[in-house]
Amino acid sequence: MTPRQPGRMTARAALAGLAAALPAVACLAQQDGRQDGRLSGSAFMSAETREMQADDAANPGMLSVLDGEALWSRKEGAAGRACADCHSDAATSMRGVAARFPAFDAARNAPVNLDQRINICRAEKQGAAPFAWESPEILALSAYVGLQSRGLPITAGEDPRLAPFIERGRGFYSLRQGQLDLACASCHDDNWGRLLGSSPIPQAHPTGYPIYRLEWQGMGSLQRRLRNCLAGVRAEPFAYGAPEYVELELFLMTRAHGMVMETPAVRP
Amino acid sequence: MTGAAAGLVLALALSAMPAQVRAAGPAPAGEPAYAVVGDEIPAPLTGQPGDAARGRAIAASRQKGLCLLCHSGPFPEERFQGNLAPDLAGVGARLSEGRLRLRLVDGRRLDPDTIMPSYYRTDGLNRVGAAWRDRTLLTAQEIEDLVAFLATLRN
Ligand code: HEC
Ligand code: HEC
Repeated sequence: MTPRQPGRMTARAALAGLAAALPAVACLAQQDGRQDGRLSGSAFMSAETREMQADDAANPGMLSVLDGEALWSRKEGAAGRACADCHSDAATSMRGVAARFPAFDAARNAPVNLDQRINICRAEKQGAAPFAWESPEILALSAYVGLQSRGLPITAGEDPRLAPFIERGRGFYSLRQGQLDLACASCHDDNWGRLLGSSPIPQAHPTGYPIYRLEWQGMGSLQRRLRNCLAGVRAEPFAYGAPEYVELELFLMTRAHGMVMETPAVRP
Repeated sequence: MTGAAAGLVLALALSAMPAQVRAAGPAPAGEPAYAVVGDEIPAPLTGQPGDAARGRAIAASRQKGLCLLCHSGPFPEERFQGNLAPDLAGVGARLSEGRLRLRLVDGRRLDPDTIMPSYYRTDGLNRVGAAWRDRTLLTAQEIEDLVAFLATLRN
């Protein structure tokens, strides 16, 4: 038997094939009215996990959002200022913001992701120490800011100054690496929808970060997810915040341009 | 240069080379060399015959062989089997031991685009994690154990 190649089929054929194994996929795609065959990770989940994500009372990520809402108006640092003192109501000021990150930062002449942007505000506007990567605080604030984009299309990557960084991210995505010698694309472009052991391989669209992952029993950032995939192929992970991760995040968000934000998503 | 010739040249060169440059060539550093003939490695990598029972355990292991991440096969006790690759049932009837050996040692010689990892190669890899660097996925003896096991899968 030669393996089928869903990633190389037409979107329609791929969806038809998948629908047999994963009934949820076809109907989700129909609901979204998407024609281009791109599917969020939630399309590959069980019905129970999708219901958990969709119900704010059951979605464990909403607890982190609530913590983020409290942090938003807490006065911090030498300046004694809260996020809300500069940005007032997040529902207005942060609408669509997470959907366009990582964004170009002129002072650094490089893209920064949302967590980095939050820590820049802490350092420069609040006079406070940065939150540690993956700390409950940074995840809570990025989940709260992320929620303000829920339901909106991803717009990251439109700034022309980002072009060379997107290309570097693309190069990394296509590089075979690690002791298993696999590229991100080997799984997420060429074999999505198939089972890797027990796990359906999603298309790697970062629509819902930060996520609540059942396997972690907690929240985690997109970089934490990328470290998992790199460790899976036995490649050397980067330090949190490394330019390579930000470029990869930027490439993935650009690849998901126009898809709908789901933060805070739940993943198995 | 044919694979066989390369193997021979390497075997000759090894004796003259300092240990650290041995990684280049068809056998990983410090491991026995082998010769490719056509689409096979006809000779076993070690002097000790493969053990099919050990081979089966390696194939089923999620830490060692990782085969069932991608393949399914006659492992009724294993609940989670992948479907990225052909079912291993009957593979011993389809392929000779020499072909099975080359497929495991370095399948990219058969198809440079295959996603199946080369289990007995350390060169030409990018960004290998520190814990795994310069180590093959399996040892020569483990390859022989797997070949012995796969050869028993005849239907
Ligand atoms: C061997 C297969 C494989 C490779 C190679 C791989 N991944 Fe993954 N990836 C998975 C699987 C399977 C999942 C689903 C989660 C799980 O069960 O681990 C996943 C999940 C993801 C997700 C989460 C999607 C969501 O819906 O939240 C992202 C993003 C991702 N991968 C990106 C990458 C990137 C970037 C690379 C390369 C650096 C990569 N992956 C390499 C198999 C792979
Ligand atoms: C990351 C995926 C992956 C892993 C892990 C993997 N394989 Fe494969 N294997 C494949 C694919 C895909 C093929 C189909 C041909 C090709 O693309 O090279 C294949 C083909 C084969 C074949 C030839 C089958 C035939 O009918 O011609 C054998 C034998 C085989 N694999 C054995 C193994 C064994 C034993 C292991 C573990 C030690 C293993 N594979 C691990 C992906 C994988």
